Amino acid sequence: MFGSRFKLTLEIAKVHLLSKPKQTVIAMLGVTFGIAMFIALVGLMTGLNDFTEEITMTSSPDIHIYKDVTSPRPTILQQTSPGSLTWVHHQKPKNELTKVRNAYRIMELIRKNEMVRGVAPALSSQVFYNYGPAQLNGSILGVDILEEDKLFGLKSKMKEGRIEELLATREGIIMGQGLAKKLDVKKGNRIVITTPEGHTMTLKIVGIFQMGIGVVDNVRCYANIGTVQTILQQDPSYVTDINIKLNDRHLAKKYAAELEAKYNTKAEDWETANATFLTGVIIRNIITYAVSVTLLIVAGFGIYNILNMTIYNKMKDIAILKAMGFAGGDVRSIFMIQSLIIGLIGAMAGLVIGYILSVLISKAPFNGGDIISLDHFPVNFDPKFYIIGVVFGVITTAVAGYMPSRKASRIDPIEILRGQ
Amino acid sequence: MEVLATRNISKYFYEPEKFQVLKDITLTINRGEFLSLVGKSGCGKSTLMYVLSTMDTDYEGELEIAGQKLTGKNQDTLSAFRNEHIGFVFQFHYLLPEFTVLQNVMIPALKRNKFSPEEIEHKAMERLKTLGVEQHAHKPSNKLSGGQQQRVAIARALINDPDIIMCDEPTGNLDSYNTHLVFDIFKQLTHEYKQTIIAVTHDDEFASKTDRIVQMSDGHIVL
Ligand SMILES: Nc1ncnc2c1ncn2[C@@H]1O[C@H](COP(=O)(O)OP(=O)(O)OP(=O)(O)O)[C@@H](O)[C@H]1O
Ligand SMILES: [Mg+2]
Repeated sequence: MFGSRFKLTLEIAKVHLLSKPKQTVIAMLGVTFGIAMFIALVGLMTGLNDFTEEITMTSSPDIHIYKDVTSPRPTILQQTSPGSLTWVHHQKPKNELTKVRNAYRIMELIRKNEMVRGVAPALSSQVFYNYGPAQLNGSILGVDILEEDKLFGLKSKMKEGRIEELLATREGIIMGQGLAKKLDVKKGNRIVITTPEGHTMTLKIVGIFQMGIGVVDNVRCYANIGTVQTILQQDPSYVTDINIKLNDRHLAKKYAAELEAKYNTKAEDWETANATFLTGVIIRNIITYAVSVTLLIVAGFGIYNILNMTIYNKMKDIAILKAMGFAGGDVRSIFMIQSLIIGLIGAMAGLVIGYILSVLISKAPFNGGDIISLDHFPVNFDPKFYIIGVVFGVITTAVAGYMPSRKASRIDPIEILRGQ
Repeated sequence: MEVLATRNISKYFYEPEKFQVLKDITLTINRGEFLSLVGKSGCGKSTLMYVLSTMDTDYEGELEIAGQKLTGKNQDTLSAFRNEHIGFVFQFHYLLPEFTVLQNVMIPALKRNKFSPEEIEHKAMERLKTLGVEQHAHKPSNKLSGGQQQRVAIARALINDPDIIMCDEPTGNLDSYNTHLVFDIFKQLTHEYKQTIIAVTHDDEFASKTDRIVQMSDGHIVL
């Protein structure tokens, strides 16, 4: 019984829509445009986000332990009589080494925790690379190359050479591709490095790697940790960083705090380390949704206007329907159905066009330049966004259609019939 | 047996100034009666018809149709009541312009949802045939002449076999042949099928042949 009554309202709504095809299509196009833009934008934005997040996350540790030189230190007075009122202005850092004390002992303990997937030591230093007349600022990272590979998948990032060659060559380095390009060096070349303290050493390039991000590829070289200790003229226990990867990256914040308290060093989790990057992700998401919602609201106003106009033109029809026995609710359904049909068809068309746009964008050539190694845009085709698009579109049209429909349902037939 | 009764119905218009258009109208109409409502232009006939048809609820007094008191009922209840019990032919025969003639006639029955669409279509075609407009059934209703539209509106008023059919000048646009046709249909409906008809008319000959004439003057019933 309901079925047939619904069929009548649907039929009337259909006739109304078809009797003004141009108006109907324009209203639909508004929704189509909004949804298509949403799909294309969100696909591109989240595609880029996921891509950069992926390479940032694989190339950075979940927790990074190091010695923070600028951390405030208590004065002797404060230590001897705690609670006393002392104040030191412009405290200068002590001239101490950026060494993590007992690094190997700490690593051993950390490795025992079952949350931890891997731990690797590193010794980093600023250096100048000299190759002929060229001199470039960069950093050298002394690592246990096999442990490093376990954490960051170095093997798959190698462009030339193999990581095992570093083990065989005590005075070898693996160089970032961007840096190698700037210095115009190849595998097998020798270069001279200079430390800030003025020590120099000649090293042989045994491989070239590419992480995919400029901040790494353009400045970094890997060497054996012993080599770097020799350059810096430090003893074999000298380690400046401990990098940790966890099985679940989301536990990093809590565990980092634990480590900090336990070993009295600085332990930074990936969220803190990549705060600017993550803020960027959030801002991009906000922009995507803001633009899409704005487009949909504009489309909603279009529907609102067109429906209002339709209702204004159909006052007489509405009065007749009511005189013949249609209740206010029936009249409201007639117009709600119209706006929902507009919304649904418009949204579906929007999905198709959005998908086509996304495919075109993903095929378009794009040069990521020095910052990211990319040759085309990464686009996200997650069906989730397509569902959100339809839901968004239908909700917008439902909201836009509701007010005019309610107005129609409240029309007093007698006013119109007598008005003639 | 009475099918419609009013008690002391009065109605005012407030625009442009307060003015009593219906004055204390008390009227009883029996089932199967064919009644004509006559009076000078502007005496309040259409206004009374809107009150009787339950569409106008802004009046004083009481209205009862088919044993149900309708004064004070809400709009949706009244809509459903009209759908089942009242057929209405407006003074300006309104059809829905985007629908075909047949659809116009079928809509009140589809809304009532008592019979299958096939049965309704069959019945609608019968009605159109009786009124001599069946050849236009599939045309858009706004492509018909005034008189043809009026007959379609009459067919639509009959589709749900209402207790009362209210017509505001149903023959206003018709030639004498079709006026007679409509008169004969109304006569048959009232006498054979015991439906009730209230017809406003300016046609004295038409009125004189009906069962009962109610004369209005200046908002009163005088006869
Ligand atoms: N909406 C309105 N507002 C104010 N006055 C109205 C309104 N509608 C009608 N009137 C007045 O009420 C009176 C009765 O009008 P009504 O339409 O009932 O006359 P009628 O008897 O049907 O006339 P006709 O035979 O010309 O159709 C008229 O004087 C008219 O001017
Ligand atoms: Mg009138």
